[in-house]
Amino acid sequence: MTTTFPSSPISPSPGGVLLEVRDIAKRFGPREVLKNISLQLASGEFLTLLGESGSGKTTLLRLIAGFEQPTSGEIWMSGSRLDTLPPHKRRVNTVFQHYALFPHLCVADNVAYGLRVTNSPSAEIPARVDAALHMVKMQEYSAARPSRLSGGQQQRVALARALVNRPQLLLLDEPLSALDANLRKQMQGELKSLQRELGITFLFVTHDQDEAMALSDRIALLKDGHLEQVASPREIYARPATSYTAQFIGQTNLLQAEVRNGIATCGNLHWPVNSTNSTTLFSLRPESIQFAAEAASPNAVRFRARIQQQIFSGSVEQLEVTCAGQLLRVRIPARGVLTGEHEFAFDPADAIPVAG
Amino acid sequence: MYSRAYKAIVSTPPLLWVGLFLLLPYALMFAHSFWLVRDGVIVHQWNLQNYAKLLHNPVYAEVLFRTVRIAASVTLLSLLLGYPLAYYMSFHAGIRKDLLYQLVIVPLWVSYLVRGYAWKTILGSDGVLNGFLQYLHITQQPVSFFLYSPFAVILTLTHIYTPFVFLPLYAALEHIPRNLIEASHDLGASPRATFFRVILPLSIPGLLAGATFAFVLTLGDFLGPMLVGGPSSIMIANIVQSLFGTAYDWPLGAAIAVCILLLTIALLFLTERLEKRWAFR
Repeated sequence: MTTTFPSSPISPSPGGVLLEVRDIAKRFGPREVLKNISLQLASGEFLTLLGESGSGKTTLLRLIAGFEQPTSGEIWMSGSRLDTLPPHKRRVNTVFQHYALFPHLCVADNVAYGLRVTNSPSAEIPARVDAALHMVKMQEYSAARPSRLSGGQQQRVALARALVNRPQLLLLDEPLSALDANLRKQMQGELKSLQRELGITFLFVTHDQDEAMALSDRIALLKDGHLEQVASPREIYARPATSYTAQFIGQTNLLQAEVRNGIATCGNLHWPVNSTNSTTLFSLRPESIQFAAEAASPNAVRFRARIQQQIFSGSVEQLEVTCAGQLLRVRIPARGVLTGEHEFAFDPADAIPVAG
Repeated sequence: MYSRAYKAIVSTPPLLWVGLFLLLPYALMFAHSFWLVRDGVIVHQWNLQNYAKLLHNPVYAEVLFRTVRIAASVTLLSLLLGYPLAYYMSFHAGIRKDLLYQLVIVPLWVSYLVRGYAWKTILGSDGVLNGFLQYLHITQQPVSFFLYSPFAVILTLTHIYTPFVFLPLYAALEHIPRNLIEASHDLGASPRATFFRVILPLSIPGLLAGATFAFVLTLGDFLGPMLVGGPSSIMIANIVQSLFGTAYDWPLGAAIAVCILLLTIALLFLTERLEKRWAFR
């Protein structure tokens, strides 16, 4: 079975380029935190910087906000240089991981802060504050101090405080990581619909791949300070460029195969490939493997494998099977307890060659 | 759970301490203020004469006002010196932070008297300051008003009490989460606006605590005026001291002490209310 997905180039086109990161590097002493990062953001896009802790994603965000200076490289926004401006002169607003609400100001004054310090006409401030609080459903808390609010409520206020300034670009630094699971799901939905409504470009940082998949137009996956892959969630899942990407986003089977005369061989598995002769790593998603009887594709690769372990998780079964010593993870719709040997199959098109 | 015996044992020493060395002396002082001296002997006869004397003789009010004025000056100067220092150290000192902190603290280990005498040597007629001014030919004669003046008292006490103002201020500034500063810049506030809208309001509890230290300590100070102040800078505690000493009028001295105590308690009460009002999270 093959998946179709909308093509999404590295350089976005629809709304034009809003932000361009050109060859950015950042060192903290001897530590190289970012290595030659280049990235473009389209106007109105929701792009997620995804990576493990220490991958440099927060540093990149802080460089764009202006809290850190790049060691080399340039950042441009709307055709002018951004990285030479101090943070308070950048038309960029940030939602901080721990909200960073001003404890001595009430909710309304927190939201009004950006408007007041930039000398917005004082006549329009109350209406704009009200509209921003309405947008995040917090208008009845306008007189409350932040310390009286729950984490989720503080998060909403932080969002309103950033959005009220109508930034061209909103930076979100793991904004949902401090919330519990249910609230997090709910806030994800609200964030996404807010972003669509307002058309503001979001640059979102998270270490949670599910969150990245659910929210983003494109995901930029960072590893040890370099960009591993930039693509839409569907593409990055279906066509991971590297074994790291394939393993970090979703589960996968990594198959070390020998390719000769257009046939890849990994243990007892043989399948046709387009690539030339060499040893190549392939990623095969657990859900790409099915029972042979159910395989629709005429050129499906069939093999027998023994069931080693079965984990039932509601709608699906997670299987661990072995085929001539090769361990494979298989995900199939729930179908009761399985034992012994079965015939499985996969479509060769689903075995994606990946870089080591 | 702790046993009754254990609780009794651990709470006895502090209770004894407070009772013997705090409550009892205060009670004695309070009682004395309502007694009087007749023919060089303290007579245990309850009356309000001492308080009446304080009200009718303008000298006491005058000295009290001078004391408050000096205390206010010392407080203001200590804040003016201590705040920039604490601000610089907390936000911009970087790796020099710890060293500077030690340098601020070290003078506290030096005896008050030594620091007082140091100013005496600096400000006196044959002092360092006069010597320097004459060497530069700015003055021909030694300037006598440096020493034995309210100015000398304020200078000395400011030097002595600035670390007390610095410490709570520095602690308050250190407790301001740095992401609040970043949030302020991020929202478009210049460094100046960030200082006045975020840093200053959040440091007010520390500022109040420091100001209270300087004011209350100066209010009860008698060594400063003794060492570097002249007759023109006699403070209220000097009067109490002489009443308990050579003048031998303990009841009147006690009455003044009671007044200062009440003033101090009122002040502490007020600043604590204010600090609470400005304390967040």
